Amino acid sequence: MAISQSKSRSRKKDPSDSPGLSENVRAFLLFVGSLIVFLLFWELGARNGLFTKGVPTATKTIEELWWWITNPFFNNGPNDLGIGWNLLISLRRVAIGYLLASLVAVPLGILIGISPVANKGFNAYIQLLKPISPLAWLPLGLYILRDSEQTGVFIIFISSIWPTLINTSFGVANVNKEYLEVAETLGASRLRTIFKVIIPAALPNILSGLRISMGIAWLVIVAAEMLLGTGLGYFIWNEWNNLYIPNILVAIFIIGLVGLLLDSLFAAAEKFVTFGRNS
Amino acid sequence: MSATPLNLDQVTPMDGGSPTAQLSIRNVTKVFPGKKDIFSKLSRKTSKDFVAIENISLDIEPNTFVTIIGPSGCGKSTLLNMIAGLSSTTEGEILLNDRPIQGPGPDRGMVFQNYALMPWMTVEENIRFAVETVYPKRSPRDIQRTVTEHIQLVGLVGAEKKHPHEISGGMRQRVGIARALAISPQMLLMDEPFGALDALTRGFLQDEIERIWEQQRKTVIMITHSIEEALLLSDRIIMMTRGPAARVDEILDVPFPRPRNRETLDQHPAYHDLKAEMESHLFRETRAVEEARVRGR
Repeated sequence: MAISQSKSRSRKKDPSDSPGLSENVRAFLLFVGSLIVFLLFWELGARNGLFTKGVPTATKTIEELWWWITNPFFNNGPNDLGIGWNLLISLRRVAIGYLLASLVAVPLGILIGISPVANKGFNAYIQLLKPISPLAWLPLGLYILRDSEQTGVFIIFISSIWPTLINTSFGVANVNKEYLEVAETLGASRLRTIFKVIIPAALPNILSGLRISMGIAWLVIVAAEMLLGTGLGYFIWNEWNNLYIPNILVAIFIIGLVGLLLDSLFAAAEKFVTFGRNS
Repeated sequence: MSATPLNLDQVTPMDGGSPTAQLSIRNVTKVFPGKKDIFSKLSRKTSKDFVAIENISLDIEPNTFVTIIGPSGCGKSTLLNMIAGLSSTTEGEILLNDRPIQGPGPDRGMVFQNYALMPWMTVEENIRFAVETVYPKRSPRDIQRTVTEHIQLVGLVGAEKKHPHEISGGMRQRVGIARALAISPQMLLMDEPFGALDALTRGFLQDEIERIWEQQRKTVIMITHSIEEALLLSDRIIMMTRGPAARVDEILDVPFPRPRNRETLDQHPAYHDLKAEMESHLFRETRAVEEARVRGR
């Protein structure tokens, strides 16, 4: 009895041994099941007035979602824009701000990380600026730039610069000492050491910084756009003014989905540079 | 203490160093300075200077296999790092071919205990990186030939395109050895090269080193903890005292003929005497280290 029990337990622990990836299948069933329960609860609750007045039913929301997805690109002026256009506007702002931030943060992070003195000396600035809410920069941006578009990009820039900067300088400062000793004993030049050893060694850290920054940029853009003119954030704000809740839910879902896609891109890239290291 | 340190025989008092020596270590002392700056004082984390090595003199003849053995923490790695040029001497100097060592250089190939292979480079790329760095003007074809030769030398044909995390520890260290040899250094420095390997792999790689050494006969300085390893591989064994302020206690000449074979090595009449002497030395030093630790320095 005891023997057979321990046998079956050890078999369960080994995923290659269990019949037909049962763990994945069960996880999928759990996902589908809980989704059905959630939608049913929502549908019945909304129909029977269980929630606040005006909460749409699940079917109504899904219907709207389907409509917005199938009609993504129409343009009837800034207050009636297809969700595809809004999404592209938001993505464009994120892309510009994020790229600018990365172009500054990665080289700067490398420079700071290489020198222990710079690392300690600049740490105070970074730690002070990092926790500032992105929206706190908004009035400043509007005042300096006098342009809502540029302000949006500026806010993305200023809030997505820190994680990349911190992770890059951390990665560079903590490159395995032995790799550097190898380069040193071979008499490698400083530049060769930086490009052939330090940067590849720090790449997992740099990428995880870029990944966190991307997440933050996507978080920030929606909030910033509520106060600007167009984009997904403005779409939500506009629907709030129209007091049409299903569209707000649609936008929330799409924001989440796009965020997930962006994150998995970076997750895949991280896997590509790991080479057996656990970072 | 066992008699007078034998190294005095090698060091002639007048100008020091035997004229034929390839590497000459002269009165080298290494002190690691303690933390005494204002921030350390404020946080009460000041530390005293630490004398790792005190007044070591050694001469190493060309084409000899030298092993340094001693209790842990005796400054063996410190000494090797100074020879490699990764660390500077506090006092004294180290001469390589009568020129003082200023810093690291490709005339000394280094093999690291934890292999120190770049994980993002394949086996081949790791070796090529070394060759390209040392000989930037060589044609790609020449570089490739050197790389292939050394992959063959250490028996890694077929694993060229693998990354370090895909191969075993023993194979990784063979890449480490190939990389060190591929730059054709004058001497090979090995810091406990088999320390991270299991006993069987270790024995196998020792035989490989013996085989490669028979082919190339480069000067080798190797750090080890293993008495059998030292006896199997070396021509001379340098036994160091415990740190702090470690010194050379005794230098043993290993008279066994080459090529050596681990099965028949212990039939040599001198084997057991040498082994017993090393054991008693290491045992004595290690016990003193442990006692010092128990007393809290």
